[in-house]
Amino acid sequence: MNAISMTVRGKDRYKSGVMEYKKMGYWEPDYTPKDTDIIALFRVTPQDGVDPIEASAAVAGESSTATWTVVWTDRLTAAEKYRAKCFRVDPVPNSPGQYFAYIAYDLDLFENGSIANLSASIIGNVFGFKPLKALRLEDMRLPVAYVKTFQGPATGIVVERERMDKFGRPLLGATVKPKLGLSGRNYGRVVYEALKGGLDFTKDDENINSQPFMHWRERFLYCMEAVNKAQAASGEIKGTYLNVTAGTMEDMYERAEFAKELGSVIIMIDLVIGYTAIQSMAKWARRNDMILHLHRAGHSTYTRQRNHGVSFRVIAKWMRLAGVDHIHAGTVVGKLEGDPATTRGYYDICREDFNPTRLEHGVFFDQSWASLNKMMPVASGGIHAGQMHQLLDHLGEDVILQFGGGTIGHPMGIQAGATANRVALEAMILARNEGRDYLHEGPEILAKAAATCTPLKAALEVWKDVTFNYESTDMPDYAPTASVSM
Amino acid sequence: MRVTQGCFSFLPDLTDEQISKQVQYCLANGWAVNIEFTDDPHPRNSFWEMWGLPMFDLRDAAGVLMELSECRKVYGDRYIRLSAFDSSHGWESVRLSFIVNRPADEPGFRLDRHEVAGRGIRYTTNSYAADRPEGQRYGGK
Repeated sequence: MNAISMTVRGKDRYKSGVMEYKKMGYWEPDYTPKDTDIIALFRVTPQDGVDPIEASAAVAGESSTATWTVVWTDRLTAAEKYRAKCFRVDPVPNSPGQYFAYIAYDLDLFENGSIANLSASIIGNVFGFKPLKALRLEDMRLPVAYVKTFQGPATGIVVERERMDKFGRPLLGATVKPKLGLSGRNYGRVVYEALKGGLDFTKDDENINSQPFMHWRERFLYCMEAVNKAQAASGEIKGTYLNVTAGTMEDMYERAEFAKELGSVIIMIDLVIGYTAIQSMAKWARRNDMILHLHRAGHSTYTRQRNHGVSFRVIAKWMRLAGVDHIHAGTVVGKLEGDPATTRGYYDICREDFNPTRLEHGVFFDQSWASLNKMMPVASGGIHAGQMHQLLDHLGEDVILQFGGGTIGHPMGIQAGATANRVALEAMILARNEGRDYLHEGPEILAKAAATCTPLKAALEVWKDVTFNYESTDMPDYAPTASVSM
Repeated sequence: MRVTQGCFSFLPDLTDEQISKQVQYCLANGWAVNIEFTDDPHPRNSFWEMWGLPMFDLRDAAGVLMELSECRKVYGDRYIRLSAFDSSHGWESVRLSFIVNRPADEPGFRLDRHEVAGRGIRYTTNSYAADRPEGQRYGGK
């Protein structure tokens, strides 16, 4: 369907009135993207009767220079350079009425180091465009020239491991529960028990900020008492993600400064604070030797449905540029959305220096990260010690496994819950390194470790039948065997 | 108390056979294994003393186990750990680290609280053993 260019050239291009987008220079099938171009891949669902090429050209137009009618003022500019160019449209396999549109943008269209500017262009206006039923930003190729204008993760995986003195295994965490209602003193109790029991981190939940039952300073003070006590009790470095999310930047800076003053190694923010606030906090974190945890609060409102919104792989790329150190990226086996192949794609985006195109993981472009720090993915939500072999197999070693209920809900108490998770993890890593087929022998390996660890035995017993088997709403469009000409 | 630094401290102490398998895993990945020892296990004591250099170009775990046995003869009353270094671009740091020897008795750490303005507290972790000079801790030789 990738026919020849229909662009009207010369004087006729600028005759007053309305002209189809595909004739205005937003559809250029012969265009070869430059190494410095940003490329966006959209899933376009045109309204019935709308030509997919015209719909895709409209997306290119409305996300770059176009408006609904021809304007003579284009002629005062190097308009051809600034027009985004849709250069390829493919039908989406097994999805009638949907098309993948590849659109190239010149680097000059974007401000250096600004996710706000990048996203205002690419997803600013066009998602409400009437001729489209739905539109989804699936993936982006970010040229090295643009990647290099961003700070990237404040700390990165390697330095985080060096600072925490933890190598060779996933890190362990837990979100304090109940999410709401604990006083500062009670809250700190949960933190202490979990850290002393063997976890590396505990975490505030996304909506723990400063409420009537617990103002933020109370939480910070009791949490740091808990962290330091657990450090002395174990001889290990420990941390708790103090959520500094607040109504204004001034409040967030105040909370972050207090966390630093108390000696915390890590703070946290929510995705809902916005891209610019995230970039500001990333710069603060770099200046203050702080690890920066991001909770992706709110993302499912636009990432989950396959036909409309922004894919989480794009959000993950933006967040790596923006400079957070941790990002929740799915568990596969837990309670929240996450098809294995798609999740693998997200994890690769977080952790690799180069992502090759892997359509079967939903990764549509080769992406070089040009030595930008790596982000630690976080697996959280409905996971427990009995799944340790599957978690290690799906998610690998550079990940934070967060067992909230799976720690705090342990029948023998929080310390026991933490110990169960740590023993299960260490036993599995030991077995993997010994060359054992840990995925298939997993239950056996856990049972053997439980023989000398009563808390693990109890955990395996209480959660043995817990699984979350539901169909994913978002998965790759290409099967591993499909060959697609690129 | 039991210092739980390193990758396998929550498991029963590893046997030499288990240690050997972990070393072989490191060597198979192209990492150089280093033996380090200390009698100051403070969680922020990054630089334990090195027992020689990381063993680059080694193929057989037996070489590390031999050195470990020598190190134990001299420093068997201290903490000894193995650390594996990965020189690949983008990592260039430790990949695996675990304790392979401990003092017979681990007295642990004292948490000192220095109370400051408001409700602030400055915390300091002190190893009970480190109150004595190096070499005389843990009953020293």
